[in-house]
This record gives sequence, structure tokens and C-alpha cells, in this order.
Amino acid sequence: MLVLARSPYITNQRVTRNQPVQFSHKHHVGDDGIDCRYCHTSVETSAYAGIPPTRTCMNCHSVLFNNVGYLEIVRDSYRTDESIHWVRVHRLADYVFFNHSIHVNKGIGCSTCHGPVNQMPLVYQVAPLNMGWCLDCHRNPQANLRPKDQIFNMDWKAPANQEEVGRQLATEYKLRTTAELTSCSTCHR
Amino acid sequence: MSATPNLRMGQEPEPWIEPGHSYASVTDKISSAVLTRPVGIGWLAGFALTFSIVMVLFLAVAYLFAKGVGIWGINIPIGWGFAIVNFVWWIGIGHAGTLISAILYLLNQKWRTSINRFAEAMTLFAVACAGLFPLLHTGRPWMAYYMLPYPSTMGIWPQFRSPLIWDVFAVSTYATVSLVFWFIGLIPDLATLRDRAKKKWQQMIFGMLSMGWRGSARHWHRYQSAYLLLAGLATPLVLSVHTVVSFDFAVGIVPGWHTTIFPPYFVAGAIYSGFAMVLTLAIPMRAAYGMQDFITRRHLEQCAKVMLATGLIVAYGYFFEFFLSFYSGNKFDLFLTHQRLHGPYAPYYYALLLCNILTPQLLWIRKVRRNIAALFVISLVINTGMWLERFVIVVISLTRDFMPSAWGRYSATVWDYATLAGTLGLFTMLIFLFVRGLPAIAISEMRELVHQESHGNGGHQ
Repeated sequence: MLVLARSPYITNQRVTRNQPVQFSHKHHVGDDGIDCRYCHTSVETSAYAGIPPTRTCMNCHSVLFNNVGYLEIVRDSYRTDESIHWVRVHRLADYVFFNHSIHVNKGIGCSTCHGPVNQMPLVYQVAPLNMGWCLDCHRNPQANLRPKDQIFNMDWKAPANQEEVGRQLATEYKLRTTAELTSCSTCHR
Repeated sequence: MSATPNLRMGQEPEPWIEPGHSYASVTDKISSAVLTRPVGIGWLAGFALTFSIVMVLFLAVAYLFAKGVGIWGINIPIGWGFAIVNFVWWIGIGHAGTLISAILYLLNQKWRTSINRFAEAMTLFAVACAGLFPLLHTGRPWMAYYMLPYPSTMGIWPQFRSPLIWDVFAVSTYATVSLVFWFIGLIPDLATLRDRAKKKWQQMIFGMLSMGWRGSARHWHRYQSAYLLLAGLATPLVLSVHTVVSFDFAVGIVPGWHTTIFPPYFVAGAIYSGFAMVLTLAIPMRAAYGMQDFITRRHLEQCAKVMLATGLIVAYGYFFEFFLSFYSGNKFDLFLTHQRLHGPYAPYYYALLLCNILTPQLLWIRKVRRNIAALFVISLVINTGMWLERFVIVVISLTRDFMPSAWGRYSATVWDYATLAGTLGLFTMLIFLFVRGLPAIAISEMRELVHQESHGNGGHQ
């Protein structure tokens, strides 16, 4: 039971989802080098990272690959103003108040939770997203803190002296105490 | 088994079993209640009545699950109310069973023999009723497993510094040990029933339950070692469970709760109410099943003496609660005492003193101790009194906290009463099933008693 509760069968880790459009993060992020924030515009300012409107796609695809068949859905969406129905990959329970902006602004990089998105043709969930996993970091955030300029770096690896750097960054970011970070009402309001 | 010393000097002790019984007559008499006796109208009526009360319990619980704990009278500041009152009361009632079966066994008290089996059953049923209340009181019983420490994916553990978690361990250990003890004690009797049963299905059920008992010397040897060990295991539980329950209060800083006298006085109170419940059950049962030969007047008198002794300890506890509030000079404690005597719930306090302190003083009189009707009434009074005690502790303290702004009033709703009555019905229904389904008196131990009585005290072993 205890093993099963932690298995990908329950947590949905590493399960790829079929999307209406064959959108590849590997291609757009890994090959083209587009910054996360180009599409997920509200990640620094809002609870939700934001799913881009079709117009964002058309910024490029009105010119590039503007005839290929598999982008017909995108063009159709643009013409009819009907959103593309993307399939959600990361789902937290309703009683968890997760906020992207606080994490991004306090030194937690995208890939810490979302994994190497630049290598994913179809996005899948890397982290178990269970409460124990959240608390692992809330109890010891220093292990994952990055400098401001590394937040959106998909290839960031913790340096050898992360322990020390993490402590400095925690002071610099004015991180709350562990007691506050692990208080029930921090996430369950 | 060694002898029980006769404490009444210069007087021939009454036997613990009426004379003229043989091994066979004991076995016949006890097993007939399960195997041969037809289902009587009295039993059917009693069962039907209690079963319908259990339906009331189901209704109350179903409505509770649908609406939440708001249907009860609890609110801030009185968050505990009936649920905790009833929990503590039921848990306390269970204690007599464990005391009789474990401590009296270790002390070689022969009079435990004819009452231990159903007292243990009473313990189990009382614990089952008690266990319901905290679960219902959580309001989300499906989350009750949060109280168990297991490596969850949430990465959190129960608050081990909270006495409420200690309660989970205390009560679950108590329930488990009591169940195992009861079952081990039943095995030889289950084998007797298996051998005597005429119907195939009875033979099969008792056959499975008796776990291959053949009554060989080796079986008996191991059985007795196991029984002795379990008695040793259960003995500390008699003291620990209600001690931990009292910590629920004593560890809190609420006036009237934060006192070191709570553990001993809770344990004494538990045994007090437990013996009262033993009498409440034994008196009708021995009449209905003609067991007067086995559960003699002397047994009832013995229970009455235990009640008198524990009742005096409880009275001592009340007195010292009262005294210490003055002696401490703590104005909150003083105020609480004042509220007990003159506050809105003062009638409960006076009723409690009447039921728990004054009434049992009648038991000093031998005539009263040997008057079965009087004992039955007194046992009911004491059970009521012990319930009132928990009500006084829970409600008066919570309604009269430190700050007047935190004061409040409590009144139970019809659902509170329905749940309390429902558990009484559940308890009685289980007792009804028990007396027809299993030997209510330990057959093997009674046979031993017959041997001892006929060979003189201490003749055995």
C-alpha cells in the first residue's frame, strides 16, 4: 500500500498526455531556445503560470509552417476565436493554494518541479506532487534555491557549495522560517 | 490455584457456587443457554427493542455524516460536549471487565470466575461504544486514519505531544488486548460447545473458533501460560487507559482540568462505574437464565464492596479538587468551584454528589449489599452519577474559561441524546447477542471451581 501510494501508477508521474496539437516543448524550448515566459507570461506575477492564447502561437506561425496540416487546429482556433483545449498535465488538489509567482520570485526554478521540459516532446509530470514532496522542500528550501538569473535555466544544476549558497540566498530572498513555511495554512487556507 | 483466605473470621464462608453441582451440571447449565434453550419471548422482545434503538443510532449517525457536527449542541467555547462525556463514560465502564479478568486473576480471587466472561464482553462492547464517539466527533470520520502514525505521502505525522494521540494508542491497545484475552479465555469453552452442539452449523462455527482445542495436558499447559501472560499484559492497562484519558483534561490548562489528581481519580471512577455496570447486567442475567447458583449473592456483595471502596476514592478526589481550589488561591480555580456550586450547571453538580458520594454510603450496610433489588437501583444511580461527573468536568470548565468573553452555555440537542441512547441500545443489543451466542460464564473455570469447592480450599494443585 505504502509503495503503491508512491508509485507512478497513483502519482501519474511520467505519463504523457495526448494534446490536440502535437506541440513539442523539446522543439520550442530546447531547439529554438524560447524563454518560458514568452508563452507562460504570468508566471512571475500570478498564481497561474498562464496558458498562452492562440495569438501567441500565431506570432510565429502566421509566417512559419503556415501551410502544414497539423497546425490547422491552431489556425482554425485563431479564425474562430475558439481556444485550443489543451490537456492539463499538472493537477494539484483543490484544497492546495499553490502560487507560481512566490516560488519563482523566491528562487525556485521551473525545472526544480517541472523537470527538463526542454527535453520533453510531450510534457509529462516529473515530481510526485504529493504533500510529502512539497514539504521536503518547504522544510529545507536551501537545497533548491537558485540565483535570480538561473530561474528559467532548464539545465541548472546545484553547485557543489549549494548548502552555503542556499543559505545566503535564503537570507537575500528573505525566506520565511521553516515553521511558517510548513504551517498548515500556508498552503491550505 | 491456591486458597483464597477467608477474611470474615470465625464464620464459615459462603461457597462461591451453590452446593450440589458437578462438572456435568455446570457444563449443562451454562451451555444450554447457547445450544438447547429455545429463544424466549423475553429475549426476543429485548432484542427487538434494543435493535430498534440501534436503528436510532444509525439514523443519528447518518444525519450527522450528512450535516456535520453542527447538529450537536457543541459550539465554541464548548467544543467537546456529549461526545467526549460519553466517550469517557463508556471507556470507564469497560475497566471493571479488565480488572476482574486480569488483576483479580493475578491475585487468585476465586469470585472472579463466574463473572469474568461477561464482564470482559461488557468491556469490549463498552470500548466499541466509546470508540465511536471520538470518531463521530471529528466530524470527518473518514479522515480518522490521520491519527495513526504511518509513513504517509503527506510527509506529516500525528502530533505526538498531544494527549489526544496518546488516547488513540491507549484505547486501541486496550481494545486489542481485551479482545485477545477474552478470546483466549473462550477457547476451551468453545471446544466444549463444539463437542456438545447437535447441529452441523453450530459444530462448524464453534469448531473453527475453538482452533483445534482437544483439551490435552499440553494444551492446558500452554493455555494457562498464555492466559497468565495476557493477564500480566492487561493489568497495567487497567491503570493506564483511564490515566491517559484523564490526560486529555489534565494536560490542558483549563480551570478544573489542570490538576494532578485526575489520573488516580479517573481510574477509581472508571472501576467504580464498571462494577456498577457489572451489577446492572449481572442481576437481570442471573434471573433470566437461572444462574443464581453460579452468580451468588456473595458475588454481588463482593462487587458492592469494590464499588464502595472505589466510590470512596472518587469522593476523596472530589474533596481534594474542592480543597485544592481554595488551597491554591488561584482565582480561576476558585471561580470554577464557585460556578460548580452556584453556576448555571450547579444542579448537575449536586446530582453528581448525591449519586456518587451519598448513595453508595448505603453499601456500608450488609443488608443493602445483600438486597438484590437495592443493588440494582444503586448500580443504576452510580452509572448516572459517573456520567454526570464527566458532564460536570467537560461542560462547566469549558463554559467558564479564564475570560468572561470566552464564556458560553451548552445544551445538548435531540441528536446528542439520540446518539447517547443509541450507544446504550447498541451495548445492550450486543449483550443480548452475547448471552445467546457464547457461554456467558466460563465453563472450564467453573468446573475448576467445583473441584476446588468439593476438595476444600487449596485442595487443587
